[in-house]
Amino acid sequence: MTTRGQSLANTVTGFLSVAIGLVWIFPLYWAVNTSFTVDEKTAQIPPYWFPAPILLDAFKYVIKNTAIIRWYLNSVITSVAIAGCVLLLTMMCGYALSQIRFRGRRFVFLAILAGFMIPGATNVVPLFMFMNSLGMVNSYWGVILPQLASPIAVVIYKQFFDQMPGELSDAAKMDGATDLRILFRLFLPLNWGITWALAIILFIWSWNNFFWPFIVISKTPMMTIPVGITQVQSWYGIAYPRQMASAVLAALPTAVLFVIFQRRVAQGVAITSGIK
Amino acid sequence: MASISTEAGALTVQGVRPSKKRTPWLTVILLVAPFLIVYAAFLLYPTVRVIMLSFTNADIAGKGSYIGTANYVKLWKDPLFWASLWHTIYFILLTVVPNTALGLIFGLIVVRQKRILRGIVLVLLFMPYILPVSVVTQIYLWVLSAAYGIVNFIFNVRINWFQDPYWAMPSVAFVTIWWTVGFNMLLFIAGLEAIPREYYEAASLDGAGGGLRVFRYITWPLVWPVTSLVLVLQLISQWQIFNQVYLLTNGGPFNKTIVVLMYMYQQAFTRYKGGYAATISLALFVLILLTSLVQIRLLRFRGNT
Repeated sequence: MTTRGQSLANTVTGFLSVAIGLVWIFPLYWAVNTSFTVDEKTAQIPPYWFPAPILLDAFKYVIKNTAIIRWYLNSVITSVAIAGCVLLLTMMCGYALSQIRFRGRRFVFLAILAGFMIPGATNVVPLFMFMNSLGMVNSYWGVILPQLASPIAVVIYKQFFDQMPGELSDAAKMDGATDLRILFRLFLPLNWGITWALAIILFIWSWNNFFWPFIVISKTPMMTIPVGITQVQSWYGIAYPRQMASAVLAALPTAVLFVIFQRRVAQGVAITSGIK
Repeated sequence: MASISTEAGALTVQGVRPSKKRTPWLTVILLVAPFLIVYAAFLLYPTVRVIMLSFTNADIAGKGSYIGTANYVKLWKDPLFWASLWHTIYFILLTVVPNTALGLIFGLIVVRQKRILRGIVLVLLFMPYILPVSVVTQIYLWVLSAAYGIVNFIFNVRINWFQDPYWAMPSVAFVTIWWTVGFNMLLFIAGLEAIPREYYEAASLDGAGGGLRVFRYITWPLVWPVTSLVLVLQLISQWQIFNQVYLLTNGGPFNKTIVVLMYMYQQAFTRYKGGYAATISLALFVLILLTSLVQIRLLRFRGNT
């Protein structure tokens, strides 16, 4: 009797929670719905609840008449470069801080920890001047370089390498392995999980980053996709289906990544915020 | 990999101990320098430069001369700066606690579900967080549009959410919560799952009864470390509010939603006052730094008890 009551209660709360989720995600559904219609339908009352028939006019228009393909390319290049370089740089630095005893190690580590306190947003004025003097405004370098300084990833790697059993690297060293070899052939394969989670979360963050690319890029063909789609409105006035189509296209890569790698994304969020 | 570890095992068995060697400086530099150079150039140097710039009348190219504390005096007397600070604090009040509470509620909802259902609910509630901010604002400019927006249709009102002096900031706050609550939810899920199941079993054996009592005496105190972490992370990121305001209201109506970072942006990139913009940045930096110090104090305090 109690079990039956419980299972009924479970079913009810289950339905309720899915209902809450659906209400929460409704604005996103509405954007997708609108992206499949044409301008005249958006002014219709009562509104268009389902996209029937599915019209691709807005998508075709956006792809043909804006630089969205180029923005995609810019975003892919910069996000892959950022995620890859951050992983490589922080992995190497974290390894040295964890495994090699050298004078000044503690100082370097504390200096990196201090970086946690620096909010990136308050640095944009001098950073812009610096990139300007290097001639990197409106370039991929200008977008990528400032986003590589990620102290949190160094700390994460250091902590993970600290947990590796000491005998492992001692033995490998006896065997004549260099530090680089130990890092890339021994420690990296043992930490694929963490590296993978970091890679996905770094990619999503840099793909979604708005503020810095918005500051450093002013030429339309060099924009990343989140900055680029804000231009769509000024290009042809308010036309909701086209705006929603560009928004849907901009969101697609990270949304697909998330649905496929749900657990890794959750793990990435947990480790970068210090929960795990 | 496997071969290395077996060889390693064989070596340890032989009992050979590694001898103490000199510091391999070349390797250390090769491993540490690339990150440190990037870190020093793009994080530490700008932080120092911001302080230097605040004492100059530099333009946005960085050219200008020393003017002492004139920027600070100007900042102190600048009504628009104080207005932007007040709007930022108002935004913080509207977001930090509600976003944390909702994150906890969503976390509690998700951990109750099993298998497939759990995955579905998690994806639905977390999805907004992985959208770029401009996608989120585009969606809401449509959903909350005055004339044909679906929200006004459903509730049968005619509110111009982002241009109404009363509703503009609460609307921006709601959009922010919608966008970021998934992040808080994930942290709470991690915290809730770390609570040993025996505690709940013991509570039900003792007849602790109602869910509310269990929440009050078991869940809430045990999840508190996560709650305080979420609160502080929120606070630090909300001080830096810019994107949503810029994209949804552009500071309007009548500068009602202009926030500190946006004021800094306007001074720097539309009026080319690099020195004054640096002073505004520095003021914000100090506020955020104080928040972080409170965080460290809080964590220490909890560590001691």
